[in-house]
Amino acid sequence: MDFSDFFGFFKKKAPASGSVAKDRLKLVLVHDRVDCSTQVLEMLKGDIIKVISNYMEIDEEELDINITQTKSDDNAGSVPVLYANIPIKSMRRNAGSNQ
Amino acid sequence: MSEVIVVTSGKGGVGKTTTTANLGCGLAIAGKKVALVDADIGLRNLDVVMGLENRIVYDLVDVVDGNCKIKQALIKDKRYAGLFLLPAAQTRDKDAVTPEQMKKLCETLKEEGFDYIILDCPAGIEQGFKNAIAGADRAVVVTTPEVSAVRDADRIIGLLEANELNNPTLILNRLRIDMVEKGDMMSIDDVTEILAIDILGVVPDDESIVIQTNKGEPAVTVEESKAGQAYRNITRRILGEDVPLMELKTEEKFMDKLKKLFRR
Repeated sequence: MDFSDFFGFFKKKAPASGSVAKDRLKLVLVHDRVDCSTQVLEMLKGDIIKVISNYMEIDEEELDINITQTKSDDNAGSVPVLYANIPIKSMRRNAGSNQ
Repeated sequence: MSEVIVVTSGKGGVGKTTTTANLGCGLAIAGKKVALVDADIGLRNLDVVMGLENRIVYDLVDVVDGNCKIKQALIKDKRYAGLFLLPAAQTRDKDAVTPEQMKKLCETLKEEGFDYIILDCPAGIEQGFKNAIAGADRAVVVTTPEVSAVRDADRIIGLLEANELNNPTLILNRLRIDMVEKGDMMSIDDVTEILAIDILGVVPDDESIVIQTNKGEPAVTVEESKAGQAYRNITRRILGEDVPLMELKTEEKFMDKLKKLFRR
């Protein structure tokens, strides 16, 4: 046991770098595999706002759209998901009737 | 029956050329007629790894352009019967060859009676990559247990499948089992789980690769080399044998045991 190890003994143990690498890699690959550019994401955002605005008044400033990952049901792997957090200000009274 | 195998990786420096040389040598030792094709035009290296750099007269671009016959450009490796190298052009550009020309080249080599044609693909996903995979029947992806290399391997696997080279297999290169045991390196299972691909072999990080590359003799020929053993196993798997993955474990020294005890 050398000196650096001796002091390391008292430090709080950080997670092993191998698992850090694995987690970082997984997240990077979610984005790589989906291959969705910010431009496409912005267009999608615009379309979602348009559709939802037919039914309810939403807070466009606070709207959050992202691609993340979630555990899939059928196997142990994870699948990419489109995550959208859309704050509602109010329902439109004539919802659905203006189509 | 002959087969064209492309060795690819996306990222540079993970061991494509070393893998190509060792597989070619291994297959030749097993009695097969093998052509190694260096598809890395402009940055040829397979010739030096094979120790054949002094014997180049014609190259791949000469063959494609019709400046010589394919037999004139193929360098016969005198050490191993049945092993030939088609070197890349050093002073030309990757655009000097088209995917159609590479396809034709692979067909010609098949007609020449080669059992295996192994293509050493350049790094990257541009023209050189497209050329190298054009005539291939199957692909072997080489990676190391690093975030950047595995990420690029994932991209390559996607591109291979988009080009109808389905079910590529993986060689995990330069694994340090001592670091994996400490949790400081991604394991075989970590990498195969992430890439969702069958493993063809695992090559441990080994000094003998450096030593053999210095000499221009692939490590697969060295009996006591661990990496050489790994390549011998991979060769047998390519030939269709069912060979289990090599047992990789560190020999625990007394001091290491003591250290472990203190860490608890």
